[in-house]
Amino acid sequence: MIGRHKHCIALEDFSREEILEVIDLAVSMKEVLQRPIKKVPSLRGKMVVNLFFEASTRTRSSFETAAKILSADALNWTSSSSSVTKGETLVDTAKNLEAMRPDVLVIRHSAGGAPRLVAEHVGCSVVSAGDGAHEHPSQGLLDCFTLREKLGTLEGKTVAIVGDVSHSRVARSDLHAFPKLGAKVRLCGPPTMMPAGVERLGATVHTDLREAVDGADAVIMLRIQHERIGDPLIPGTREYSKVWGLNAKKAADWLKPSCVILHPGPINRGVELSPEVADGPRSVILDQVQNGVAVRMAILYLLAGGAGEEARA
Amino acid sequence: MSDVLFIEGGRVIDPAGGVDGVRTVVIRDGKVAEVAERVERPRDARVLDARNRWVTPGFVDLHVHLREPGQEYKETVATGARAAVAGGFTAVCAMPNTKPVNDCAAVTELVLARAAAAGLARVYPVGAISKGSGGEELAEYGELKASGCVALSDDGRPVMSSALMRRALEYARAFGLPLTVHEEDLHLVGKGVMHEGAAATRLGLKGIPSQAEDVMVLRDIALVELTGGRLHVAHVSTAGAVRAIREAKRRGLPVTGEVTPHHLALTDDDVAASGYSTDFKMNPPLRSADDVRACREGLADGTLDAIATDHAPHSAVEKDVEFDAAANGIVGLETAFSVCLGLVREGALTERRLVEALTAGPARVFGLPAGTLARGAAADVAVLDAAAEWTLDPARLQSKGRNTPWKGRRLAGRCTHTIVGGRIVHEEGKADR
Repeated sequence: MIGRHKHCIALEDFSREEILEVIDLAVSMKEVLQRPIKKVPSLRGKMVVNLFFEASTRTRSSFETAAKILSADALNWTSSSSSVTKGETLVDTAKNLEAMRPDVLVIRHSAGGAPRLVAEHVGCSVVSAGDGAHEHPSQGLLDCFTLREKLGTLEGKTVAIVGDVSHSRVARSDLHAFPKLGAKVRLCGPPTMMPAGVERLGATVHTDLREAVDGADAVIMLRIQHERIGDPLIPGTREYSKVWGLNAKKAADWLKPSCVILHPGPINRGVELSPEVADGPRSVILDQVQNGVAVRMAILYLLAGGAGEEARA
Repeated sequence: MSDVLFIEGGRVIDPAGGVDGVRTVVIRDGKVAEVAERVERPRDARVLDARNRWVTPGFVDLHVHLREPGQEYKETVATGARAAVAGGFTAVCAMPNTKPVNDCAAVTELVLARAAAAGLARVYPVGAISKGSGGEELAEYGELKASGCVALSDDGRPVMSSALMRRALEYARAFGLPLTVHEEDLHLVGKGVMHEGAAATRLGLKGIPSQAEDVMVLRDIALVELTGGRLHVAHVSTAGAVRAIREAKRRGLPVTGEVTPHHLALTDDDVAASGYSTDFKMNPPLRSADDVRACREGLADGTLDAIATDHAPHSAVEKDVEFDAAANGIVGLETAFSVCLGLVREGALTERRLVEALTAGPARVFGLPAGTLARGAAADVAVLDAAAEWTLDPARLQSKGRNTPWKGRRLAGRCTHTIVGGRIVHEEGKADR
């Protein structure tokens, strides 16, 4: 359990204390990750199924690594080899996997709400690894962890999230989590990439990048998804990179010295970030990747009952 | 036994006849013989005691999906007609988006034959505007009219081609058929699955702006001006559409509109609160509170002529899936009166206007011989217990569809008896032939 939750589906549902419970535990998990022998028996005998309906190397590998470090057995199931192509429904697929008695189902799906639908039909814990443009809770938690690690606290801090907010599940999870930890959120991007009514979620909305990053403690640059350029949201990446991309000059002139830069990856170099910025001293992008494993270890540990098992041992 | 039925002691509300008070309704030979305060009752007359009940003309629904032919696992004409009379509806207009589409006499005749065999609600088929509802060629309106269609629609799809819509409005004039239109600009809809707004943003679902409906309503009103055809806007859901219809009526154009109970009662925030429940997925989508307010005002002031259910039964196969993938629509025949009575209790609608929008209003729109208790009219009557409270158990619905957002909710008021052509076809939760 994470607080009162059997599942980890949306940070909108999580309280400040529940978010802190995960990231506090992630601190210890990160220490395990840095040992020469990266293996603890916490989830021995437990099974984690990664159920990925969308291609994802990064997130799936991160969950798989997290499970293996905790000694859980991890099974990767992808839709290309699935019954979905034979017409099976999501609920049927989930019930079939459930019959194999996993302890945790990690699900990524292109439809918002898919993990919630699965959770209604299975008995094990469900973790969302991203659903449509809804939420990506483990990414939101790793962003919280990384920001707390780099800034000390999120209390009173300002975070700017820049890019295609309308399609970003990362932005939504961040948007629910950061204010609960005391941070203010500014959103910035072309108006065509800003979802309707987003200010009702508690953020300010900007179209001017300089205004959005002015005085910010952290800037999260979202990935421009080339596959979406077919939608007439922007004329192309050329103008986008000039207006909303961050290069070394803008970073030097517009960001305050202590400001850190995050990106959920993979980066389009030269579009949202120039290489000098992506690899520069402000960038904490690789810390995010490592912290992602630690946060996912914490999530799996809390949901798969590791604490209870160890207490009984 | 005498073929005379006395419905006694009820509050008769018949807006078409200007009646609202305790009366006795006398039915003889399937027709309304008299509505009066005092009537001598023959000893052998059948009596229906309607004390503490409302007695109204049978409800008329301009917009239902009976799914037959082609998708009988969702609904048949018979089960749909049973659901209709359970909800107080004595006449329903069956949309043509069956499989095959009702674009020819054969399909119209099949629907009418099935309705006659069921012997419950009267079923009025609606023919397609275009062949196969494909939006490319006009269907044969003369044949559709001759075989029994009362209106034309490509419901489920908009007529995207302005040129075809122009010709449809012009051509339908020759047959006196109104076009009942599903208004959405598919380019603005894109991959949208719910109303565009903060709720969709929270859920991460693609939004459909209200303007997707507005622009098409405005286009078609312009084409009515060009052609003189009759336009009925189906399931109006936006403030902009209400405004456009109000303005068109003010200018004397032959434009009418209907609104569904769910678009009067629910908003996009209810979709978010439901946690992606596909029972809240419909087309047009549940709109903003401002749109709902405008629809309520439009119904109250007569801009919108009718309440129509858009009864759209689906099976679990279509609904127990991801929200993005789920079919649009909910069942509505058996909850319409209760949901709308809730609006009366909230002060959004008067009792008289509610009954009018379920009876005389829709009958006028398609020119149906219904919606009145005038002497000589067909004896189609609903007897309603407005004080009843009940909890919706989907398993008890007469429709095959279980897809309703009111599952488990407490509802106000229900239909206790439905009479079609002088025959009691529904009584206290049981449909009977």
